[in-house]
Amino acid sequence: MKETKMESKRWTRIALCGDIPPREGRAVKVGNREIAIFNLGDRFLAVDNRCPHKSGPLADGIVSGTTVVCPLHAWKISLETGEGVNSASASSCVETFRTRVEHGVILLELADDYREGQADVMQELPVMCVETRGTPTATESRPAT
Amino acid sequence: MAGVACVEQILRHSPKFEITIFGDETHVNYNRILLSSVLAGEKASDDIVLNGLDWYQHNGIDLQLGVRITGIDSQAKTVTGDDGSVTSFDKLLLATGSVPLIPSIEEVKKEGVFVFRNLDDTRALLERCRPGIKAVVIGGGLLGLEAARGLQVQGCDVTVVHLMETLMERQLDPTGGGYLAAKMNQMGITVLLGLSTTAILGNGKVEGVQFKGGGSIPADLVVIAAGIRPNVGLGHEAGLEVKRGIVVNDYMETSHPDIFAVGECVQHNGICYGLVAPLIEQGKVLAATITGNRGPKYQGSVQAAKLKIMGVDVFSAGEIGDKLDGSEVIRYEDPALGIYRKLTLKGGKLVGVILVGDTADSHRYMDWLRTAKDLVPLRRQLLFPAPAEDTGIDIAQMADSETVCGCMGVTKGTIIQAIHEKGVSTLAQLKDCTRASTGCGSCSGLCQSLLKAVVPEFEEEVKRTICKCIPVAEDQLREILRSQQLKSVQEVLEIYGNGIGCEVCKPALSYMLDMLWCGDHDEDRSARFINDRVHANIQKDGTFSVVPRIRGGVTSPDELRRIADVADKYRVPMVKITGSQRIDLLGVKKSDLPKVWADLGMPSGQAYTKGVRMVKTCVGTEFCRFGVQDSTSAGIEMERRFENLFTPHKVKMGAVGCPRNCAEATVKDIGLIGQEGSWQVVVGGAAGKKVRKADLLLTVETTEEALTAAALFFQYYRESANYLERTYDFVERIGIEKVRKETVYATDTAKQGLLERLRKSKERSSDAWLERDSPRHPTQFIQIQPLEEVFV
Repeated sequence: MKETKMESKRWTRIALCGDIPPREGRAVKVGNREIAIFNLGDRFLAVDNRCPHKSGPLADGIVSGTTVVCPLHAWKISLETGEGVNSASASSCVETFRTRVEHGVILLELADDYREGQADVMQELPVMCVETRGTPTATESRPAT
Repeated sequence: MAGVACVEQILRHSPKFEITIFGDETHVNYNRILLSSVLAGEKASDDIVLNGLDWYQHNGIDLQLGVRITGIDSQAKTVTGDDGSVTSFDKLLLATGSVPLIPSIEEVKKEGVFVFRNLDDTRALLERCRPGIKAVVIGGGLLGLEAARGLQVQGCDVTVVHLMETLMERQLDPTGGGYLAAKMNQMGITVLLGLSTTAILGNGKVEGVQFKGGGSIPADLVVIAAGIRPNVGLGHEAGLEVKRGIVVNDYMETSHPDIFAVGECVQHNGICYGLVAPLIEQGKVLAATITGNRGPKYQGSVQAAKLKIMGVDVFSAGEIGDKLDGSEVIRYEDPALGIYRKLTLKGGKLVGVILVGDTADSHRYMDWLRTAKDLVPLRRQLLFPAPAEDTGIDIAQMADSETVCGCMGVTKGTIIQAIHEKGVSTLAQLKDCTRASTGCGSCSGLCQSLLKAVVPEFEEEVKRTICKCIPVAEDQLREILRSQQLKSVQEVLEIYGNGIGCEVCKPALSYMLDMLWCGDHDEDRSARFINDRVHANIQKDGTFSVVPRIRGGVTSPDELRRIADVADKYRVPMVKITGSQRIDLLGVKKSDLPKVWADLGMPSGQAYTKGVRMVKTCVGTEFCRFGVQDSTSAGIEMERRFENLFTPHKVKMGAVGCPRNCAEATVKDIGLIGQEGSWQVVVGGAAGKKVRKADLLLTVETTEEALTAAALFFQYYRESANYLERTYDFVERIGIEKVRKETVYATDTAKQGLLERLRKSKERSSDAWLERDSPRHPTQFIQIQPLEEVFV
């Protein structure tokens, strides 16, 4: 598992499958941060529970297919890639976490340092997606829905 | 109305005149045809103003309101006003209209006897009428029937007494009159025919009406609408030739070269006209004559009349008698539907038409009459047009010369020209520019279809779909869900949508299913917005606000103490008095919500949802020295009856104990306005993004009746509005007349249906905060702790 020191990761048992109803999300406190886990029926997906726009609690959003819509300003975030999928949110993204289910338990793959709650500095910086979606749009604007 | 319409035309010809207008009324000119709408509370008196003061100023017209002209010196060319003023003229235009015809009735001058002719009459009537009082309208013509309906909307118990055996006998034959009488009866207006009123009973104040032969009926209010006669006094004064009206020729000239006359006061070719369209035609001719463009001739008008009572469609034009020599009559009747059509033809041409119950084809017939169209080839399609391939094609098939607005005489060609040349793109601009649809307004639909067809950017009122996920119009969708017995959001999305859904359609469908099945649907919280999952309003930092229900804004020391204790115990960062007479606890953590609710021991105020918010009240008769109704109790009761229910958008209500309106009921979705001895129930008000004064739904005597009227509207809104459509948009879209027709004036069966479905929904609903003891899901409010110790 250990490749470099920084990327040291470990599967962690987080919650029971039954804790999260279908097409809903729940927040889990992991160290100093919250991770939002969603039940998509056939699998669970997990992302950082802070919308890249104004830190809205994504776990409280409505699930639309494989995306979640932030309850504060309706930014739409892909749960598979963490990227914003409507125009205003297109240039931002949130961190995603691999998930696995074993004997009715949801496991998340967490970095060791993350688990130890020492990722605060990193977390404050918005994670920018490097790709070809065009110029970043102002984060203040409300997405077209 | 005719006078100023003519002045408008004069200004179009030439601005060279120095114009002074005298009027004995103290208002600027208004649309007299719509007085009945003012009486029925559909329009305010300001809404029917045709030309505002600024128009007069802009056109340099000296407007002398409240000045009655009492003398004309046709030699010296001066007019004398009752204020003593003498004004000289080069040209004088008489547009004195008509005065009500008062039949010879004994003791007609009593308190409570009214005529219905101008705005002051209307205001006086409005002040006098009260729910439950007995109103008698003498006269079953257009005006009488419209007055009757207006009084009924105001809550009066109305009887129409008509001298003839047929209602509107000048426009209808006995059969048509029978159909009309049946409709009036159906609406709850009593019609008495063939009765000659001989006396008004009562000692100084109306108590009843007596008929020839001795019979009588009680009355608290009498309106005389027995017809009009031309107001020709000034014609005599000026020494003009006067018969029934002031005699004019085809150029609208009187017997004096510098005096002209127009409107209801004139007689042309032996006929005095009392309807708006001929007066407008006359004004156009006169404007040409008076400005030195003498040429156009007035050759008489085809008389056409339309009754403006919602749900009672009557149209009549041309000859109505059966005994026209060489004429043939074609009839169609459907007593069950209340439809009657009669066409009178002579020499293969239409000379008369009567439509009762369905007037959709009136334009077609009017055009045939005006153009004397040869109907021989259309013989098989006289009563019903051949089915069009596309219903939208009617407007395209209209000839340019065909009249769209019968009142103002505006043709399709004129409208299209205005659109192309003046860049007209909205109905309001069209009205300003062409005057179309400013008369009775019945052609506004036609005008809109024309705009739609010709103006590319015209915003068509498309059938609203919720979103792209489910491409079915909302009203259609409701029908589908009902008939297909669908009860869960996911099911609906899978069968009629994309199987996925989004943040827009899921809450909408959730609402729809809850409403349709009166709460007996499969509630799916994943389809609800977070506020409706945890029954609190999410804030910018992810915390929630908690607003307990404080019905009518009335609380107690005990409740206040508990609220204070909760605020302390849970370190609530802000406690705020809301605009809705409630208390908001802001900044509560999700996991604390159930405990906060339990400690408060108060029900949810639904401040977070599209549902019943609150009823704002004033202290009413309880404490206020001005209160005339117990608004506090009424408001609390209304809140109790509707609370816990979901609505298409939030519903904020108000109840006030007097017209001072301290709790702002006129800008609420539903408002109860207390008056001496009655309640006004108003709907569709707003004081948010938009400000709108609520429309009067009904005036009733008792609180129970007011609450029932409110309940009918409330359930109708729940069932018929689009999701996220506030009542003020809904009422405006549907029109208050239709809203009334489908609620307070609906059939008893329809009303029972609405109330029964409301009762059922209410029965299944409950205080959402009770989920503190039995959550829908074990982790509904709690934050999950990792199973495994994360800190190693």
